[in-house]
Amino acid sequence: MNGIHDLGGMHGMGPIVREADEPAFHEEWERRAFALTLAAGFLGQWNLDMSRFAREQMDPAHYLATSYYEHWLYGLERLLVARGLLTQAEIDTRVAELRAGTAG
Amino acid sequence: MSNENERERDTDMTDRDADHGHGAPLTETQLRVRALESLLVEKGLVDPAALDALIEAYEKKIGPRNGARVVARAWVDPAYKERLLANATAAIAELGFTGRQGEDMVALENTPTVHNVVVCTLCSCYPWPVLGLPPVWYKSAPYRSRAVIDPRGVLRELGVDVGDDVEVRVWDSTAELRYLVLPERPPGTEGMTEEELAALVTRDAMIGVARVEAPAGGQARTGRR
Repeated sequence: MNGIHDLGGMHGMGPIVREADEPAFHEEWERRAFALTLAAGFLGQWNLDMSRFAREQMDPAHYLATSYYEHWLYGLERLLVARGLLTQAEIDTRVAELRAGTAG
Repeated sequence: MSNENERERDTDMTDRDADHGHGAPLTETQLRVRALESLLVEKGLVDPAALDALIEAYEKKIGPRNGARVVARAWVDPAYKERLLANATAAIAELGFTGRQGEDMVALENTPTVHNVVVCTLCSCYPWPVLGLPPVWYKSAPYRSRAVIDPRGVLRELGVDVGDDVEVRVWDSTAELRYLVLPERPPGTEGMTEEELAALVTRDAMIGVARVEAPAGGQARTGRR
């Protein structure tokens, strides 16, 4: 399936910006999103192609406006829900609790 | 410079504060990651120790130093180079580098007449066991979009001038196949040891967006040994 992820050959995406001595992760949440995605993958409920497909479901404008590990997070959340490991309500409730400082 | 340092410090503070649950409110993204982690751990689906071990491995152990050892070995050992070009997965495994996102490897030799460069236009496919996790620019829209339509322009932008007489080959990685560029050994490094050579090899050279440079005064340095 083509889509916004299929970037090869597009024009107008701007200059390539390299960072000297770039760290593996830039923020703590990126470390956690990376490790969670790998560890949840070990459950054997999906394969690499399904992971990519899940990330490719992002709204195109959202895809271009978000960072790489945000794509991973989006995909992981959808796979966990699709495979019945977590429910969307469960996730949304926990997010709300964490925001309110009543969980975590 | 000082602005950059200041920005880094600010980021650090935000991270630390977030970790301790005070200071600036968590972003939506931070909240969602934390929500998934807490739910998955509570349900026994992921082990917190395994998460820490994964982060430690990809932050500290698995990185381009691995690939640099492969390249240096190929430069000093013609039989190894032949094996690497014939079956990269097996030759790389000889040095102990195996695993996820490197199950099927191909080595691409740069020569005076052919320059190879690697991209993943669809996402971020990259040979983890030899290069670690890909840098942000490799996963970014500008590189992914342009590497295949204007490779010479991209290379020039990244500081590599490829002559018109040199063929540029662009390799689009897939989930199944990952590439390692075997850069040209720089002139003036004939007297260097394998270990010294490995220290010259950069991540970007193994992606094909840089050349390996001999150290300034490299021969003199080697001569002192």
